[in-house]
Amino acid sequence: MGNTLLQKVWDLHKVRTLPTGQTQLFIGLHLVHEVTTPQAFDALRERGWRVARPDRTFGTVDHIVPTRQRQRPFLDVMAEDMIASLERNARDFGIPLYDIGDERQGIVHVIGPELGLTQPGMTIACGDSHTSTHGAFGAVAFGIGTSQVRDVLASQCLAIEPLKVRRIRVVGELPHGVYAKDVILTIIQRLGVGGGNGYAYEYAGDAIARMSMDERMTICNMSIEGGARVGYVNPDETTFKYMEGRPFAPQGDAFARAKTWWQSIASDADAVYDDEVEIRAAELTPVVTWGVNPGQSIGIEGKVPTPIGAEQQSVSDALGYMGLKAGQAIAGLKVDVAFIGSCTNGRLSDLREAARIVRGQHVAKGVKALVVPGSVAVQKAAEREGLDVTFRDAGFEWRDAGCSMCLGMNPDKLEGNQVCAASSNRNFKGRQGSPTGRTLLMSPAMVAAAAITGVVSDVRELLHAAPAGVR
Amino acid sequence: MGAEKIQIVEGRALPLRGEDIDTDRIMPARFLKSITFEGLDTHVFEDDRLEAKRAGRVHPFDEMKYQSASILLANRNFGAGSSREHAPQGLRRWGIRAIVAESFAEIFFGNSLMIGLPCVTASAKDVEILMSIVEGHPEAVLALDLKARTCQVNGTTVRVSIPDHVRDTLMTGAWDTTGLLLDNYDQVNAVAARLPYLAGF
Repeated sequence: MGNTLLQKVWDLHKVRTLPTGQTQLFIGLHLVHEVTTPQAFDALRERGWRVARPDRTFGTVDHIVPTRQRQRPFLDVMAEDMIASLERNARDFGIPLYDIGDERQGIVHVIGPELGLTQPGMTIACGDSHTSTHGAFGAVAFGIGTSQVRDVLASQCLAIEPLKVRRIRVVGELPHGVYAKDVILTIIQRLGVGGGNGYAYEYAGDAIARMSMDERMTICNMSIEGGARVGYVNPDETTFKYMEGRPFAPQGDAFARAKTWWQSIASDADAVYDDEVEIRAAELTPVVTWGVNPGQSIGIEGKVPTPIGAEQQSVSDALGYMGLKAGQAIAGLKVDVAFIGSCTNGRLSDLREAARIVRGQHVAKGVKALVVPGSVAVQKAAEREGLDVTFRDAGFEWRDAGCSMCLGMNPDKLEGNQVCAASSNRNFKGRQGSPTGRTLLMSPAMVAAAAITGVVSDVRELLHAAPAGVR
Repeated sequence: MGAEKIQIVEGRALPLRGEDIDTDRIMPARFLKSITFEGLDTHVFEDDRLEAKRAGRVHPFDEMKYQSASILLANRNFGAGSSREHAPQGLRRWGIRAIVAESFAEIFFGNSLMIGLPCVTASAKDVEILMSIVEGHPEAVLALDLKARTCQVNGTTVRVSIPDHVRDTLMTGAWDTTGLLLDNYDQVNAVAARLPYLAGF
């Protein structure tokens, strides 16, 4: 009987079983950012501890940073204080920091893979729930809170409970105009926002195998929205090809040896799973959320549900917040803002796909549209291809790298009860910075379509008109 | 470890109905901009409370009768979403000392344990029983006993669940884990030494 990747990585990194019954797990890579670490560094200072492995700890700034007017000091005093705090902590504790102005700065889950810091078979932790993104490489990556950040800084270990594994096989061909984002939104809708509690999600099947690393990252990123703290894809040739030549990846002969090891940590063919689910790719359509959690979604051809049965109260509450009527078609809903970016969909291929839709078109009157590259590297690569010009010509704002309008911690926020077509990951009440703001999650191509038409639209209809591009 | 040993939590309760209550609602992101956790108590559920006020309702966290509550009663998947520890930190600073819910999101559950805030689960039926009693008798005092895995109020006792190791961690005061992780550090170094990506491929 074989083992899963999760089991192999777990066993390899297990230090011991703690008296509490938890596993003491060694963390191979610790990524830190400005928001969830100040109190953790303070705790280290109070107790006179050092960072155990500054060589395995890397920092960047993403959540609170403005995506324009980035000269220091920032206009927002609290943002300036928070960044200054991380700069001081990085200096005092000897941690590399990819700060504002550094070519390596960006959303922590975009730069880790980009730099080759994220590798198959690693354990990774970061004080951010979307750390599950790194699982796309066959790493086991945990989102953690600030007290756990303190633990990892001080000991390079986590005290943590073992997880069960649910294999989710996505089989068959994805229809044209249906993206990785639609796959993960469908998975969350079917299994529920709490369905993954206690599980790691292993994404498998031929549709996943054909996906690029960017697409796999989109899928793993939103594992947490289904309640699964960890999500991963077994490493394969696509993974290895992506790794090759990255700054922190093994080079030369070492790369070949690394590849052999990476292959060995993939789940065995006869591995046993605690649960298995199959999703038929051919049945999928572009997905849009209508409610206030990422599980409340429907296909673009669907109608907003009617509050009946067990979910009556939550559906009714969500419809009230979103200003929607039961039974109303989601297509045609007017949008005020279009946001392309985030750790879910702020990578180069996302921007390329959105650019295909907007090329030669113009943002609808009254819609504020912005594109926020996930990292400086994504931004520069997109600019080399002229994507910034495409977006600007179409009436989009082209911003600097950061989390931007995903979470309402920086100047990019919704106002009042604006409706936002967003390529990000959460449609929670107030998520985008206005306590009454309304978020519709969808793929970046669908956001682009909504920006151009001014209403929620079926991207498949616009794709017919668009020239063939990179898929 | 020097942390507090927690076995029994006694106090009034605050029933908060609703499924999948996420940490963005418990603590909106704009309150994460401070570099300390101080003052978070005043912002717990701030936007939900405003929403209720606008709709002419009173949010449970604004109800006078629940102001001295120390046990939060909640439904399914409480604490979903963001890993922000600011959510349990805010609740604890507000005065919450334990949470009884149908289920919890995993990161929230772990974050709460890390700050000595016990999260226990009960069946949907039992949570409803507790909520109904408290809504009728807000002055009633609940007694949550981690050792016995019970929650008692006004002569009614319901069973609660908490994993053995979580219960033991709280009861022995071992929930402040850093010291534990730093013990026997040779073992940690030995693990690091066997990892090919650290030792060299």
